[in-house]
Amino acid sequence: MDDTTPFIVLSAILFAIGCVGVLTRRNAIVVFMCIELMLNASNLALITFSHGNGNLEGQIAAFFVMVVAAAEVVVGLAIIMTIFRTRRSASVDDASLLKY
Amino acid sequence: MLQAIDVHVPVVGGVPADGVFSLLWLVIALPALGAAILLLGGKLTDKWGHLLGTGTVAGSFLISLILFFGLLGRDGEDRQVTQHLWEWFSAGSYTVNLDLLYDQLSAVFLLLITGVGALIHVYSIGYMEHDERRRRFFGYLNLFVASMLVLVLSADFVGVFLGWEGVGLASYLLIGFWQHKPSAAAAAKKAFVINRVGDIGLSLGTALIFITFGSTSFAVVSAASSQASSGALTGIGLLLLLAACGKSAQFPLQTWLLDAMEGPTPVSALIHAATMVTAGVYLIVRSNFIFSLSEDARTAVIVIGTITLLMGAIIGCAKDDIKKALAGSTMSQIGYMVLAAGLGPAGYAFAIFHLLTHGFFKANMFLGAGSVMHGMNDDVNMRHYGALTKAMPYTFATFGIGYLAILGVPPFSGFWSKDKIIETAFADNTLVGLCALVGAGVTAFYMTRLMLLTFLGTKRWEKGVHPHESPKVMTVPLIALATLSALGGLMLAGGWITDWLEPIVGHAEHHELPWGMPIIVMTLIVLTVVAAGVAAAWYLVGQRPIPKVAPEDVSFLTRAARNDLYGDAFNDEVIVKPGVAGIRGLAVFDRTVVDGAVEGTATVLQALSARFRLVQNGFVRSYALALLAGATLVMLALLAVNYG
Repeated sequence: MDDTTPFIVLSAILFAIGCVGVLTRRNAIVVFMCIELMLNASNLALITFSHGNGNLEGQIAAFFVMVVAAAEVVVGLAIIMTIFRTRRSASVDDASLLKY
Repeated sequence: MLQAIDVHVPVVGGVPADGVFSLLWLVIALPALGAAILLLGGKLTDKWGHLLGTGTVAGSFLISLILFFGLLGRDGEDRQVTQHLWEWFSAGSYTVNLDLLYDQLSAVFLLLITGVGALIHVYSIGYMEHDERRRRFFGYLNLFVASMLVLVLSADFVGVFLGWEGVGLASYLLIGFWQHKPSAAAAAKKAFVINRVGDIGLSLGTALIFITFGSTSFAVVSAASSQASSGALTGIGLLLLLAACGKSAQFPLQTWLLDAMEGPTPVSALIHAATMVTAGVYLIVRSNFIFSLSEDARTAVIVIGTITLLMGAIIGCAKDDIKKALAGSTMSQIGYMVLAAGLGPAGYAFAIFHLLTHGFFKANMFLGAGSVMHGMNDDVNMRHYGALTKAMPYTFATFGIGYLAILGVPPFSGFWSKDKIIETAFADNTLVGLCALVGAGVTAFYMTRLMLLTFLGTKRWEKGVHPHESPKVMTVPLIALATLSALGGLMLAGGWITDWLEPIVGHAEHHELPWGMPIIVMTLIVLTVVAAGVAAAWYLVGQRPIPKVAPEDVSFLTRAARNDLYGDAFNDEVIVKPGVAGIRGLAVFDRTVVDGAVEGTATVLQALSARFRLVQNGFVRSYALALLAGATLVMLALLAVNYG
C-alpha cells in the first residue's frame, strides 16, 4: 500500500459505475455521460501511474484522451440529437434497426 | 516369331523428283483447288461447277498417266520418287516433312483414284442433274479425291493421317449430303463416330512408331524396323489394324458401311466401294515393313479379314435394298483383301490386285445400281424391280460384266484376283482357305440373287414407274468401267502386278498348296463352288415367285442377316450400354459426392450463420456487454500469462 492506491481504487470505482451505467441505462444521454465517466476514470488512473513512475507519459496520454473525448462528444451529441429529431425518442433500445 | 526376324523387308528409299515427276504435287493440287473454288465460290460457280470439278480430276488422271508411263520407263531402282514440298512442323529432334512418295504402289493407287474418280464425276453430272446442290456435291467429291491422294502419296505416317482425316470428313459430308433426310444425317454421324474409333488406332499407332523409331517417315521406319523389338512391332501392327478396321469397315467396326448407303449412289461407288474403304488395305500393305516382321499382328489381320468376308457375304444374301446388298458385298470383298494382306509378302500384291479389280467392278455395279434407281424413281427395293433387261440394256450388260467379274468367272478380272487370294490362303492355312472358298460360294449366291431380282424374272414394278435407260453421260462411264472389269485380269499377265510391286512389298517364296494339289485343281474347285452358289440362287430365288413384301416367317439366319448380323445390337450391348451406364454412374457420383460435398459445406455454413447472425440484434447495450466480456477475457488471459 502506498499513496497512489486510493486514487487507483477511486478510478476503478468510477469505471465500474460508468460501465454499469452504459450496460443498464436506456437514455442515450445518460449512457453518454457514463462513457465520459469511464474515460475520466481511466484518465485518473493514467495520471496516478504517471505520478507513481515519476514521468510525464501518462499525463500526456490523459490530454490525448481529453481531446479525443471532446471530439467524440461533438459527434455523439449530434447523432443523438438527429435520432431524437427523427424518432422522438432518446432511448438506445429504440435505435435497433441495423441488425440481422 | 523367331522366324519372322529373318524376313527381309524392303526399304523405302527414293530419288528426288526431276523432269516430269516434278508435276507430282499437281495431282493433289488440282482437285484441292477445285474443291476450294467450288466450296468458297458459292453460287457464282453453280453454272459450271460440275464441269470444273470433273475437269480437275480428269487433269489429275492425265498427270497420273504421264507419271505412270514415266515410271514404267525407269529402271527398278529409280522407281521410287520423292518430292519434298516443305517442312510441315518440327519439335526438338522430330521433324515432319510434307514429302510425297511416288512409287509402284502409289502409282497404281493414283490411277485407280483419279481414273475411277473421273468416271464417277462424269456419271454424277447426269445422276445429280436435278439436284439443286450439285455444285456443292462436286466440291465435296473433289475434296475427297484430294484427301485420298494425300493419303496415298504421303511419305510419312503423319501425312497419311492428314489424308485419312480428310477422306473421313469428305465421307461424312457426302453420306449426309441429303441432310434433309434424318436417316442420312444419322448415317453420316454414325460413320464419322465409328471412324473416329479407327482414327484413334492410327494416331496411337503413329505415336508408337515415333516412340520406337524416333521418326514417322516411311524411309526411316522401314530401314530400322528389323531392329525393333517384336513387342513394339506387334503393338504398332495391331493399332494400324484397328485403324484399317475403322476405315475399311472390318469387323467389329463394320456397321457404318451399310448405313453409309444413305448417300447419293456415286458416293457409294467412289468412296464406299472403290477407294476410301480400301484405305485400310493400303495402310496395311504400305506398312508391310511392320506386318512382315510380326507374325502375331498378321494373324490378327487374317482373322479379322476372314470373319468380315463371311459376315459381309451373309449380310449380302438377305438384303432387299440393292445398295445394301452391294455394301455387304463390299465388306466381304475388302475382307478378302485384308485377308490377303495378312498373308504377308505372299499376299500383299494380290491384296492390291484384288483392290484394283474390285475398284473397277464394284464401282461399275454401284453405278449400275444408281442407273437402275434413276430409272425406277429412286426406289431401292429389289422386290419392286424385275425384268429390266429390255428397259435398260446398257445398264444390264455392264452390270452383267461386273457380276461375272465379282463371281470370278474366267476370264473376267475378279477370277484372276480372287482365285489368287484363295490359293494363297490355302497355302497358308487350310481353315482360312476353306472360309475364303465358302465366301466365294456365298458371293455367287447373293450376286445371282441380286441379278435375278433386279433384271430377270417378272415385272414387279410399282404403279407409275416407267423404267428407262439412263442418259449417255451415265452409261459411258458404265461402259468404261465394265471394260476395265472385264480386262483387269490382264494386270496379272506374266505376273506383271507381282513383279511390279515386289520392290515395295518384298519377295515371297512360292508356297505349296495342301496335299500337293496342282493350281489347276484348286481353280476348278473354286469354280465348282461358285457354280454351286449360282445354282442354289437359281433354284431358291429364280424358280419361285417373289413376294413384293419381304416374308416375315424366315429362318433365324435370314433374320440375323437382315439385321446386319446384329452388328449394331452387338456394339450397343458391348460398348454403348456399358458406356452409357458408366457415364450415368459418373453423373450420379458427380451429383451426390462432388456436388454433395460442395453444397453440404454451403448448407452447414448457412445453418451456422443463421444461428450466429442472431447475435447482431441491433441493441447497442448488448454489443457493449460483449465488448466488456471480451475485454475481461483478454485481461484475464494477460493476467494468467503474466502471473499464472
